[in-house]
Amino acid sequence: MARMKFVCDAERCIECNGCVTACKNEHEVPWGVNRRRVVTLNDGVPGEKSISVACMHCSDAPCMAVCPVNCFYRTDEGVVLHDKDICIGCGYCSYACPFGAPQFPSQGTFGVRGKMDKCTFCAGGPEANGSQSEFEKYGRNRLAEGKLPACAEMCSTKALLAGDGDMVADIFRTRVLQRGKGAEVWGWGTAYGSRQAGQPAPAGAKS
Amino acid sequence: MKKALIIVSAAFLLAACGESPQTIGGAKQDAGAYTGTGKAYVEPGWKSGDKASWESKLKARGQYGQNEYNRVN
Repeated sequence: MARMKFVCDAERCIECNGCVTACKNEHEVPWGVNRRRVVTLNDGVPGEKSISVACMHCSDAPCMAVCPVNCFYRTDEGVVLHDKDICIGCGYCSYACPFGAPQFPSQGTFGVRGKMDKCTFCAGGPEANGSQSEFEKYGRNRLAEGKLPACAEMCSTKALLAGDGDMVADIFRTRVLQRGKGAEVWGWGTAYGSRQAGQPAPAGAKS
Repeated sequence: MKKALIIVSAAFLLAACGESPQTIGGAKQDAGAYTGTGKAYVEPGWKSGDKASWESKLKARGQYGQNEYNRVN
């Protein structure tokens, strides 16, 4: 397996927010925290484009680089996760992330910022797989159940693709060839490098 | 006697110079997703702990659920 990636097909996204709802419901994400959201460019103008945005689990994640307490780690599948027991809620990752993925619950005294929360690619956290503590801190671990992220599986138009990078790139390539347009993958270059999806990586590059 | 007293007092005073390590531990070790949850409601057809079968099942699920060109064309 290469590594897990997200692709949002802007030609297909209809801004239904099904992915947002699926994520909220699956992980019982608290009020005020949105691990995923739909962004519409040129809203109301003919030709508007919508994209579903969350943590992209970057190849060279800036959040990992700036974290002062080293709470981030990457799984064998390339999913970027973090340990909430170590996170101090400083917010550096929020400034570093190009996708605005890190979220901070503000339910404490004087609205103090809590520990960071973000999309886990439905892979839970460092607690035991499927445990109650893992669910309470990070949400459900669907990958360990042999399932893909809830947002992508619930997407009604299959605009949001998730899974093995080679597989989602193949699916997207087939679509582009069939419709003859819409080859732009928003965020792909920022998250996974500048090369086009499906193209062989240069020698020594990350997959 | 005096020398022993100096050694003991020096040892006592220098004890404060010791410093406990302040290295960052980092995140806890996470078990691989292929090890499963050990619970019901998992995708059937793969064996918990078998990475190859987990990967193939996940790929099959991704293709079946996300690539409608395989299903309708």
